[in-house]
Amino acid sequence: METISNSKTKVISNSAVPIKELNPQFLESKENKQHLIDYLLGVADNYLILGQRLGELCGHGPNLEPDIALTNISLDMLGQVRSFYQYIAQLKGDKTTEDDIAFLRKEREYKNVLLVEQPNTDFGYVIVRQFFFDVYNRMFLGALQQSADETLRALAFKGIKEASYHERFSGDWLKRLGDGTEESKSRVQEAVNDLWIFTDELFHSTKADDAMIAAGVAPDMLQLKEYYYEKVEELLSTATLDIPEVEYFQKGGKEGLHSEHMGYILADMQYMQRTYPDSKW
Amino acid sequence: MTNNSSSNSSSNSSSSRMANQVFGSLPKSVVAILETVKDPEIPVLNVVDLGVIREVIVEGKEITIKLTPTYSGCPAMDVIGDDLERAFAVHGYSTTVQLIMSPPWTTDWITDRGRKALEEYGVAAPLEETADKDVLLNDKKLVKCTNCGSQNTKLVSQFGSTACKAMFQCEDCLEPFDYFKCLK
Repeated sequence: METISNSKTKVISNSAVPIKELNPQFLESKENKQHLIDYLLGVADNYLILGQRLGELCGHGPNLEPDIALTNISLDMLGQVRSFYQYIAQLKGDKTTEDDIAFLRKEREYKNVLLVEQPNTDFGYVIVRQFFFDVYNRMFLGALQQSADETLRALAFKGIKEASYHERFSGDWLKRLGDGTEESKSRVQEAVNDLWIFTDELFHSTKADDAMIAAGVAPDMLQLKEYYYEKVEELLSTATLDIPEVEYFQKGGKEGLHSEHMGYILADMQYMQRTYPDSKW
Repeated sequence: MTNNSSSNSSSNSSSSRMANQVFGSLPKSVVAILETVKDPEIPVLNVVDLGVIREVIVEGKEITIKLTPTYSGCPAMDVIGDDLERAFAVHGYSTTVQLIMSPPWTTDWITDRGRKALEEYGVAAPLEETADKDVLLNDKKLVKCTNCGSQNTKLVSQFGSTACKAMFQCEDCLEPFDYFKCLK
């Protein structure tokens, strides 16, 4: 299990506790395997949909540097998602390919959180959405390094290096926009207020998540929830932004119940593969 | 330039140790073929110097190459895989390329020859980890301009034309240049 130190700069320890290896028989059970696949989709679809959202910005960034940065981040996410989908395809052991998983599912079959499908309303929204996700993602990948599953450990070690760059980028911009001009502040505050209701879902656990947490494959993110909000609120304060007071949070994406935006994303993303089936780069 | 030299020496031991492990027992002709395959984004850097070749198994005319990606989404990896197959096919080998994730690639595995080639090409070689953080937060001036050698350089953007690079500019000669980000 991951531990959280009490010092001011809290780190998720990844060396203190020895890793418990997954019992090789574990995946012989059909139920376990399906849970693992569903769990992986819940993780990976976040990268796919956020990567797609960021990709939409290619050539549309506010100026050259953020434009390049956002598409770089998109590329990292799409790269990571490929590894997850390849692993799922391997687990399925049939003819399914990573492309089938990415492009040929129906809306209800995608398990990403609602946060990542929210539109690129303006640069403020893009940055806030990214920051809310990046803080979570880095904590998640840190904790996933303790997974009982060897492949997931490898992906976590690989992904966290990139995730730290992402968090630095979105955090820096959030500070700059919040503590910037009156205009940038009011707009980024609006984004914070609007997107805040989607943060809680990051910690929502599905049946597959619970099964994988019990098996030691998945970290129990609920344990890190307090730390997440502490970190996010600390940066919002530095950015001179108000922390929203919300009682009601939105969820559903992880169960396949998406917002009205999801269909449009898929229509755009799946167009090529559905028009020219089995097309390859 | 203490930082730069210390980073050089640390990468030196790590990259040469790895190179020995991977290439030590291979026929020279095989290494020579490997060296003809370049990173398509940085054509002065071959795959050996880039440190992405983790294992090579030669069985007669069949060769298995285990490759580790630099950045997850780097489109160069697919191209490198194809290029390896093509390069070995010319010499009558059939090649299987496998991507392996663990342990993850680090810029420490770029060889000294590779670092030199980068610098000559106009891309500043990665500093060691702490120094890299300092320059990417724009706290310290440690990256040397690839044009005039001045250390009076500033970060323009943490992200550059490819996933592995950041954009810098020299404040003395005004040359804009790429910096290869440290990945550890």
